[in-house]
Amino acid sequence: MTVQERPVSSAAGLIIDDRQEARFKVNRNVFVEDDILGLERDRIFEKCWLYLGHVSEVSKPGSFVARRVGGRPLLFTRDRENNLNALYNTCSHRGAMVCRERAGNRRAFTCGYHAWTFDEKGHFIGMPGREALPTNATDNGKLDLVRVERMEEFRGFVFVCFDRNVEPLVDYLAGAADYLAYVADQGEHGMEIVEGSQDYSIAANWKLLQENSVDGYHGQPTHVTYFDYLRSRDGTTTNFAGSGAQGWVKNLGNGHAVSESIGALPWGRPYARWAPGWGESAKPEVEELSKQIMARLGPERGNVVANGDRNMIIFPNLVVNDIMATTIRTFYPVRPDYIEVSAWSLAPVGESATSRDRRMRNFVEFLGPAGFASPDDVEMLELCQRGYANRASAPWNDISRGMLSNAPKKTDELQMRTFWRRWRQLVSGDPNLELNGP
Amino acid sequence: MSTPLTRTEAEEFLFQEAALLDAWKLEEWAELFTEDGEYLIPATDAPEAGPGTSLYLVYDDRHRLGERAKRLLKKTAHAESPRSLTRHMTTNVVVGKANDALIPVSCNFVVFRSRMEKTDIYPGHAEYQLLRSNQGLRIRNKKATLDIDVLRPQGKVSIIL
Repeated sequence: MTVQERPVSSAAGLIIDDRQEARFKVNRNVFVEDDILGLERDRIFEKCWLYLGHVSEVSKPGSFVARRVGGRPLLFTRDRENNLNALYNTCSHRGAMVCRERAGNRRAFTCGYHAWTFDEKGHFIGMPGREALPTNATDNGKLDLVRVERMEEFRGFVFVCFDRNVEPLVDYLAGAADYLAYVADQGEHGMEIVEGSQDYSIAANWKLLQENSVDGYHGQPTHVTYFDYLRSRDGTTTNFAGSGAQGWVKNLGNGHAVSESIGALPWGRPYARWAPGWGESAKPEVEELSKQIMARLGPERGNVVANGDRNMIIFPNLVVNDIMATTIRTFYPVRPDYIEVSAWSLAPVGESATSRDRRMRNFVEFLGPAGFASPDDVEMLELCQRGYANRASAPWNDISRGMLSNAPKKTDELQMRTFWRRWRQLVSGDPNLELNGP
Repeated sequence: MSTPLTRTEAEEFLFQEAALLDAWKLEEWAELFTEDGEYLIPATDAPEAGPGTSLYLVYDDRHRLGERAKRLLKKTAHAESPRSLTRHMTTNVVVGKANDALIPVSCNFVVFRSRMEKTDIYPGHAEYQLLRSNQGLRIRNKKATLDIDVLRPQGKVSIIL
């Protein structure tokens, strides 16, 4: 089936951004139609920087990770010269994936089909029956694994782009770079991905998960049972109804956004804000960690790093939630109504065993496919997706909250509008469409 | 030292646990655990890794597993409202050698979950540390390991395995 191109004007018309009337609407076709997903693949996933992995996942020479990024199977390796490589995991002979393991450490990748072999930089190093090809067949890397067009790192976060002409990663990240830096600053000796991935799926459109990941408005209705749990654990009767509104949201540029507060939320942060449910015995260590962060970064930045809670979306498909634990989450639409999700826990290198244990407990109290909250998010996204079968008669989503506000709150929807304005600009192909706005 | 646990006795206990879960008698299920009981599900890509050092899907102490049970019974636990139909199949039960009061028991399981016109299958194996108490057998530790490499297409583990 071929992808039918919608005219630019039609793609732009899928979003109503009416500033006079403070009305922002998204047409529900964008969550359902195959031709929209085709445009997104061509104009977003083939053009934007996509998260590949964290440097800690390939910590030693020879370490590799094999995973799909933007629907493509890639190899992420650290070579003997300690350089990072992003390679297409497909043999130069007939195209078979040369690596079937998810991760490991090795010097060579041998294709199982005809035993062509490549080193950890993707260089061709051998094949059975070499003499049947001309002597120059392997010159100039002609039979090497193909390198991903671009790969760059920022503070340990490694991204790839399939478009050679993309702007440098830091320019693309714009204001989101500052927030990734807050996350990276937690660890005095850097950060690392903890062993154990959460690879799951959601029967909903990818853009719904991006919206949900910075949605402060859904907290109480969707997650009321999580707050019940917190009250029970901490032995309090606190009404958390107001906490979602505290804090603010920011447009970080290029479709990235953050929802943020400092010290307002009821859960504990392993680095470093103590919560009663951790017990008095945990308090000295958590307070000491907080003190160390303040001393290292200064009181102002230290307070943001240790005491701030951040839910960040980096366009198009990266979420960094630095809350009761720090999760890195990325996802890709296999179909308009189905995404594959992978999530990891990011933690300070050299964290003590007691702190790491608190982090692991804290992460899954809320987050992940068996947490007390994420499954309920998934339920809501899947209900939205099912509801869109009515789109011919009920065509519009409303994302207007806070359009009249000069100081948008987390329970407003500026963060989603920021995403959608960038989406509209790229999908329509009209670079003049405005990214900023209320 | 308590009398050795027979396989029949272990099976009866595990079948009783499965029946409680399938009947959504979740608070009664939580009562099967000792006061320091734990309920664990490791990550699908690191099934051998430990709970405090790697990211698990479930890392419940006794309080949290009790709250998990209470939560799932609420209408506001949206992922399970309306509730799934579940069926826990427990097989291949093996009683290991007791270490002090703790008796290791392992089994294979398959759990079927059906809801909203979709049926998901959760195959796996479980390791228990049981002990005898005045109320009968109790669970000190239950670790349910999924024998799947990614949680797709199931997507979530909103039920208790």
